[in-house]
Amino acid sequence: MAKAKSNTEDYLRMYTQMVRIRTFEDNANQLYLSARMPGLTHMYSGEEAVAVGICEALTDDDRITSTHRGHGHCVAKGAEFKAMFCELLGKAEGYCRGKGGSMHIADQSHGNLGANAIVGGSMGIATGSALRAKLQGSDDVTVCFFGDGATAQGLLYEVMNMAALWKLPVIYACENNGYSEYTKTEEIAAGSITARAEAFGIEAHQVDGQDVLEVNDLARKLVARARKGEGPFFIELMTYRYHGHHVGDINREYYRSKAEEKEWKDNRDPIIRFRAHLVREGIATEADLDALNAEIEKDAAEAVAYALDAAYPDAAEVNQHVYAA
Amino acid sequence: MREITLSQAVNEAIAEEMRRDPSVFLMGEDVAEAGTPFKVLSGLVEEFGTDRVIDTPISEPGFMGMAVGAAMTGARPIVDLMFGDFIFLIMDQLCNQAAKTHYMSGGKLTVPLVLRTNMGATRRSAAQHSQSLQALVAHIPGLKVAMPSSAYEAKGLMKTAIRDNNPVVIFEDKLMYQDKAPVPEEEYLIPFGVANVKREGRDITLIGTSSMVQVAEKAAEILAAEGISAEVIDPRTIVPLDEKTLIESVKKTSRAIVIDEGHQSYGVTAEIASRLNEKAFYHLDAPVLRMGAMDVPVPFSPALEDLTVPTPEQVAANARRLVAGELIHAA
Repeated sequence: MAKAKSNTEDYLRMYTQMVRIRTFEDNANQLYLSARMPGLTHMYSGEEAVAVGICEALTDDDRITSTHRGHGHCVAKGAEFKAMFCELLGKAEGYCRGKGGSMHIADQSHGNLGANAIVGGSMGIATGSALRAKLQGSDDVTVCFFGDGATAQGLLYEVMNMAALWKLPVIYACENNGYSEYTKTEEIAAGSITARAEAFGIEAHQVDGQDVLEVNDLARKLVARARKGEGPFFIELMTYRYHGHHVGDINREYYRSKAEEKEWKDNRDPIIRFRAHLVREGIATEADLDALNAEIEKDAAEAVAYALDAAYPDAAEVNQHVYAA
Repeated sequence: MREITLSQAVNEAIAEEMRRDPSVFLMGEDVAEAGTPFKVLSGLVEEFGTDRVIDTPISEPGFMGMAVGAAMTGARPIVDLMFGDFIFLIMDQLCNQAAKTHYMSGGKLTVPLVLRTNMGATRRSAAQHSQSLQALVAHIPGLKVAMPSSAYEAKGLMKTAIRDNNPVVIFEDKLMYQDKAPVPEEEYLIPFGVANVKREGRDITLIGTSSMVQVAEKAAEILAAEGISAEVIDPRTIVPLDEKTLIESVKKTSRAIVIDEGHQSYGVTAEIASRLNEKAFYHLDAPVLRMGAMDVPVPFSPALEDLTVPTPEQVAANARRLVAGELIHAA
């Protein structure tokens, strides 16, 4: 664990946000398994410290771009459960009126420019958002979330080159969860991932993505520097996804062992670790945190019930929003 | 009225809009000091500086994607894609990202950007610098597609495109950059989805896009000398398409040929012909003919390349047969 900080409120919010993500995902998984959710989805469980550590360093004016595994980013950037569950179920009250679903959820009111179902597809968007900030003299920062699998896309190298040339306020946050879909990252990535950013002269860091304080500490420093025009930056966050590539990827022993999964869940879980830290440092008691968890579970259950009962969009909406007025 | 080239018209349109709206900026390969290989953008960097006229590396997907992100967050980028053929390089950013963002976000995010690029064969540039790929993007909901047929249209459509809140792709015919046309000094815009009846006629309707408007007009001249009265219509934008004007014309003439420089199969001509068949069938005296580029990669040799694009003579020949009531598609 990184060094203890004194800001109790910040810590409790980070804990809350991580638990909210885990709880959201547990509910989403149940919706899928009970065949109440159309389509499929990709669980963020296990990676909570990455999204929360970074997004807690951002304001609503700062932008993020997200991925197919994007519920965690969405929650961490400030989204509400109700509109999120409605979106996952294709309901009219969803963030995108049910038109995006899990893989395209966007919440522009909190600066989330959207999840993206094309692996690496949002790297240009994030870098362009940063270009806009620079051109318009705005001090907002954009964080581009992507996975280790997306480092195999050429787009990353095109936009990192331009971001470095033009000193854009963008932070490339590579969530290295060890697997590129159903394949070990070591089988798809040659050399070092951070060295690729360094080749463009971009300052790159590798951090323990299961330690929310370490992530947040680094993110705060880099965001502050990016605001001053010292960007871009690159962070490789070492993390783990507890579920398969998507919710239907259940039998996965052909690419990773149950023992490996157990090791990460038992000994490196970001929520368990941070919870122990909070108790150890006297920031909260076990009872306080249990109460927080219970409240979040209740919120989620209510949001799920609400979303299940919510109306689908009217048929007339099918050809709305193809073009903006 | 003064006459200026299509190239100057595009330049003027962009300059006027950049003066009017500080959120408009331009990016692409060699757009600044070089002013593009066709010199269309010469002088803009001197007026607007390198912050707003941005030379990019040769990274089409990269700068296209960045334009999408800039547009989603409050800027109005104009992307310069040096050759229309390079659209294949940016397909994900254009068609999966730019085109769908507004819809996928339930209308919350908008992508006001202009992709200006070109089309047109017979410049001896061979298969990867000569294609007319408007049908590819016109197929994707969420994109608008403009095809200026002269300097006048190029200016008015570009200004409308820059003010539009959607991704707009403008295809300029690279062989027309030096062609002059009357262009008013005073400001004007050309609305999207409003076709221009270039020439009125009663016997046959010739619908042409971009360079093929000139081909249709020349064909109409040839036909006029023979007593056949051809109406020539320029849709100006193929998305949105002014169906009404086209249908009204065909109701009057009962015959139509659709001419576009993209490949004929599964192309713009097929789409327009199909709509006329569906919506004006009982007014037709002959099948609506499609005339696109041949379904071959554009060859380099002038002897071959010139065979691939519709000519006024070919259009006139087809028109004669339609008017004469010949069975041109008899089994």
